[in-house]
Amino acid sequence: MSEAALLSVAGLNAWYGESHVLHGVEFEVPRGEVVTLLGRNGVGKTTTLKAIMGMVARREGSIRFDGTQIIALPSDRIARLGVAFCPEERGVFASLNVYENLLLPPEVRPGGLTVEQVFELFPNLKERLASQGTKLSGGEQQMLAIGRILRTGARLLLLDEPTEGLAPVIVQQIGHIISRLKAEGFTILLVEQNFRFASRVADRHYVMESGRMVDMIPNAELESNLEKVHEYLGV
Amino acid sequence: MEIFGIPTQALFGQLLIGLINGSFYALLSLGLAVIFGLLNIINFTHGAQYMMGAFCAYFLFTRLGIGYWWALAIAPLAVGLVGMVIERLMLARLYKLDHLYGLLLTFGLALIIQGLFPNEYGTSEIPYAMPQELSGGRNLGFMFLPNYRAWVILASIVMCLATWFVIEKTRLGSYLRAATENPALVQAFGINVPRMITLTYGFGVALAAFAGVMAAPIYQVNPLMGADLIIVVFAVVVIGGMGSIMGSIVTGFALGLIEGLTKVFYPEASNTVIFIIMAIVLMIKPAGLFGTQR
Repeated sequence: MSEAALLSVAGLNAWYGESHVLHGVEFEVPRGEVVTLLGRNGVGKTTTLKAIMGMVARREGSIRFDGTQIIALPSDRIARLGVAFCPEERGVFASLNVYENLLLPPEVRPGGLTVEQVFELFPNLKERLASQGTKLSGGEQQMLAIGRILRTGARLLLLDEPTEGLAPVIVQQIGHIISRLKAEGFTILLVEQNFRFASRVADRHYVMESGRMVDMIPNAELESNLEKVHEYLGV
Repeated sequence: MEIFGIPTQALFGQLLIGLINGSFYALLSLGLAVIFGLLNIINFTHGAQYMMGAFCAYFLFTRLGIGYWWALAIAPLAVGLVGMVIERLMLARLYKLDHLYGLLLTFGLALIIQGLFPNEYGTSEIPYAMPQELSGGRNLGFMFLPNYRAWVILASIVMCLATWFVIEKTRLGSYLRAATENPALVQAFGINVPRMITLTYGFGVALAAFAGVMAAPIYQVNPLMGADLIIVVFAVVVIGGMGSIMGSIVTGFALGLIEGLTKVFYPEASNTVIFIIMAIVLMIKPAGLFGTQR
């Protein structure tokens, strides 16, 4: 593990029941960088995030966060170390209003954004505080899902397809926010299928195929590797 | 004085009995709703745990000389603790299975508990004195209101509303509601969901035991006191909507009153009216009056 890596994954295997989904996944997320996992549907990107977060029951290998081995920890303990997860389906709770959704994740470390700072990033949320969480538009739900984990003080954010199904203008807004979070020192691991979006925010891209990590492309080299990327993603 | 040809004393007397029964229906169905909401388990042991609350009060008095007021605090804690052990050792293994397995396990536990107590204590009622402070009653003009019964209604309403408040209006309650929807994600936010589940089961059981202590001076203590009641309470839960907190409270009290009124106007149907309502509700709104389809 290199000195700068906040997250280091090695030989990660994961199973859903009998189905072997991840096969020895290896990669690193350097501190302060935005790293994406690219790949087609079903190659194991979301499972990789969930395995890091302790949400896959059977997992083996090594996941080190800031030097601490977390492979065997339950997900609440992993979150308490400073890892926050924003799921693909956003995970906004229907039985909670927007404000309750926002305050749901407890502060795990000092240094998180205040509620006011979250409103500054996502002004729409402030006007909808009393609304039922799932009554928000898709874009607003995504903002809520990201906003609530920024309060926790977590240093590593795992974002699973934050742009999926959103209008281009909202995608652009989320891109700005990810860049701003990076500038403020957050480390972000991003699962994306939209590599054009990924190329605007990320420092490096890992490519997955069939539960394996098959390539790493620094963002600076993305343009020169477009053909290869298209092939990986089946574009 | 008469209303609809019924003497007011008789009418209000039955309404009071209805309200007392409703207090127990509400407390017990509330416990069931809290447990079902988070654990997805239909706790058939609830009636036995209600009975254990009453027995605990009886033991505290006969063996340790501890009276009603302390029993009201100690019995729910003790029975709730037993509930937490049951949850950790047994129920926790069933969460990934269909609801039916939890129901079968808790039904079996209820049969075991209700089978063990009669060996020692028979099946006849064992008297348990009401606290001195609440003996007697007051004449309201249109009816006589025994103090203890007034206390039971008041305590039940306060307990139900306090539980509703905690679940609907506090941070802890938002954890519970969120974990009911998506426990894995709530845990991934840093909340120890397994511990929360254990404590929630303990709390639901403690509510049953609390009801048991309050019932002891009215219905006396009896190993089978929960067995019949729990069938009615399940009907209340079905009518209110499985897992609905406000549904269980409102439906509990309302059905107690309806049962009381039926005793006045058509006594032959008083034992079945709740089940008739249940059948109608199931046909029209299967998720219950306050419930949502899960």
